[in-house]
Amino acid sequence: MSIIYLLIGCSILLAVCFLGAFFWAQGSGQNEDLYTPSVRILLDDEPDTDPDKK
Amino acid sequence: MQPENFYYDNKIVRNFAIATVVWGIVGMSVGLLIAIQLFHPAANFGSQYTSFGRIRPVHTNAVIFAFVGNAIFMGVYYSLQRLLKARMFSDTLSKIHFWGWQLIIVAAAITLPLGFTTSHEYAELEWPIDILITIVWVVFGINMFGTIIKRRERHLYVAIWFYIATFVTVAVLHIVNSVELPVSMWKSYMVYAGVQDALVQWWYGHNAVAFFLTTPYLGMMYYFLPKMANRPIYSYKLSILHFWALIFIYIWAGPHHLLYTTLPAWAQSLGVAFSIMLIAPSWGGMINGLLTLRGAWDKVRDNVILKFMVVGLTAYGMATFEGPMLSLKTVNGFAHFSDWIIAHVHVGALGWNGFLTFAILYWLIPRIYKTELYSKKLASVHFWIGTLGILFYVIPMYWAGFTQSFMLKEFTSEGVLKYPNFLETTLRIMPMYWMRSIGGTLYLSGVIMMTYNLYRTMKQGSLVANEAAQAMPLAPLTQEVSGHSTWHRVLERRPIQFMLLALVVILVGSFVELMPTLTIKSNIPTIAAVKPYTPLELQGRDLYIREGCMGCHSQTVRPFRSETERYGQYSKAGEFVYDHPFLWGSKRIGPDLAREGGGKKSNQWHFNHLMNPQAISEGSIMPPYAWLITQTLDTSLTAAKINAMRKLGVPYPAGYEKIANADLAKQAQSIADDLANNHVKVKSDKEIIAIIAYLQRLGVDIKADKTANNF
Repeated sequence: MSIIYLLIGCSILLAVCFLGAFFWAQGSGQNEDLYTPSVRILLDDEPDTDPDKK
Repeated sequence: MQPENFYYDNKIVRNFAIATVVWGIVGMSVGLLIAIQLFHPAANFGSQYTSFGRIRPVHTNAVIFAFVGNAIFMGVYYSLQRLLKARMFSDTLSKIHFWGWQLIIVAAAITLPLGFTTSHEYAELEWPIDILITIVWVVFGINMFGTIIKRRERHLYVAIWFYIATFVTVAVLHIVNSVELPVSMWKSYMVYAGVQDALVQWWYGHNAVAFFLTTPYLGMMYYFLPKMANRPIYSYKLSILHFWALIFIYIWAGPHHLLYTTLPAWAQSLGVAFSIMLIAPSWGGMINGLLTLRGAWDKVRDNVILKFMVVGLTAYGMATFEGPMLSLKTVNGFAHFSDWIIAHVHVGALGWNGFLTFAILYWLIPRIYKTELYSKKLASVHFWIGTLGILFYVIPMYWAGFTQSFMLKEFTSEGVLKYPNFLETTLRIMPMYWMRSIGGTLYLSGVIMMTYNLYRTMKQGSLVANEAAQAMPLAPLTQEVSGHSTWHRVLERRPIQFMLLALVVILVGSFVELMPTLTIKSNIPTIAAVKPYTPLELQGRDLYIREGCMGCHSQTVRPFRSETERYGQYSKAGEFVYDHPFLWGSKRIGPDLAREGGGKKSNQWHFNHLMNPQAISEGSIMPPYAWLITQTLDTSLTAAKINAMRKLGVPYPAGYEKIANADLAKQAQSIADDLANNHVKVKSDKEIIAIIAYLQRLGVDIKADKTANNF
């Protein structure tokens, strides 16, 4: 069952990568505003739109 | 700061969309064909290239990697550009990605019918194609991360996080599960053996479901559903929460595919525990999707696209509730190897992946062609016929699964198996197999309607290959210590954390380095009687793999009385130490073969059965394998195969490869002689001799062992 070491190793490596990504997301303010992003994606970025729109 | 003008690349989205539809039809048609073969074996046209064992992987690979794969890229290329307010990083990479992926699919469609397969489910493709997949995947990654770097929107919307997790995890899974030792251009052996190989395969297999069929689709759901309903997602907070929960938990659910096998019990329990935990984040996603439509259900009544989304999300909810339930050992002991699992995966595949893909196609094609959908009515017909198709598919499969499992486990009051003949249980569920193919036909005809509808939509509009857009460039971050707080600087100020991180990196590196040695060392058999395969048996085993026998026959007896009575003593881990790859299978369309050998049936029986299964077992749905008697066994690779196996730790004596073919001929002759004594005339150099030799070897070693707890 030594294969378990490889799989645990890979899983930990992945988990560490994701944990790093999570800390980056927290630190860089990705999760500070938990409402606006959900609305922002509904707006399209067509050229010469009304300047009040955004 | 001035707003910048740029263009979204819609052409690449369109190309992936067309590929999605085309491969979808191909993959589902092959699925329908193999479904028909299960009640009408002659539907394989008597050709080896269209026999069930060889084209079942064509179906699974086509629908997963060609249909769903292209749909993922379609959705990602469309939404990523808009979420990041930037064109894809490189048009050239986009093109390489597109054509590279189609090349992989074509290569799969050619090599799988030819019998080139590793036998690992959803990872059947041989090593040259594995390398190509790696290259194309890296191209996709560069293109995606390049776009993320040059983005005009600092915040990464939750969909992008799902895409990133998909990319990273699939890369790791693919590489770990493709460590093969090539023997020739189209033949390789898995480096891991037996139990270990099984664990790697299902670690991969389950995560392929997680990170190919689930996370990218959740990401797409988070972009397209709000766009379709024109309202924000119910809770952005929940989306973030369930994303991180999902990716941290999913990775260890794999062992639930190996319950009651010889995988150590603690590893099985670990898989079960993680599988149960998965309900929470999975349902988080489903609830978030469905609640987005709260107060807008009137829209669902009128909008066929939202109808597809609602059924898709509901199917996701059902499949992700059922999954954890199926991983409970009690439920699994009953459901595993049965058609219940087929029903389960098709709820997910037809409902979640299929319906989400159709919804996105119906929404996106008119948009990039600046027109309206050709016929809303036809789309509505597609929705209803598709939904009916799913029901007609899965209900008979649940029924078949329950019926067959109950029958296989039933004992009479005298304590003997009520249905000792496996075939009896198969014949009982034939009506369900018929109905399943009707469900599949309905579903496929819906897809054909969609194809026509989309084609007419494309005809009446014109593709906006480059869609103009305008956005402000990214404002520089206002940092208190600008330029000095790079992540490394931060780490440097925290020596303990830095040391821990370095330790983890080193440990992981060492594990990867040590792996081959560890794997080989653990091949020392714990059962002394277990010996390596003879050259003829090894060749026969490779034919067994080529013909895809493991698609219908398992090779692992679980410790249930209903199985030990039917097949023989339950499997032990030590039996599989020379099995590169393991061949436990995942579905019993026919009986288990782990204890098939040792003269339980004569060579003559096997010969006649392979030539004409129906003549031996009336009503059998196994196809005949006539080509095995005409084709001569290719022995040119025997020495290379012995050498490869030795390199992987199988103890063939030094120099044995030189005399292997002589041994092979001797054993083949003895089988041919035995057949001749029983009035079967066949030359000893034919393929059928090798496969009989292999079948006769199955389960023989354990019988010879006095220590292995015979009962």
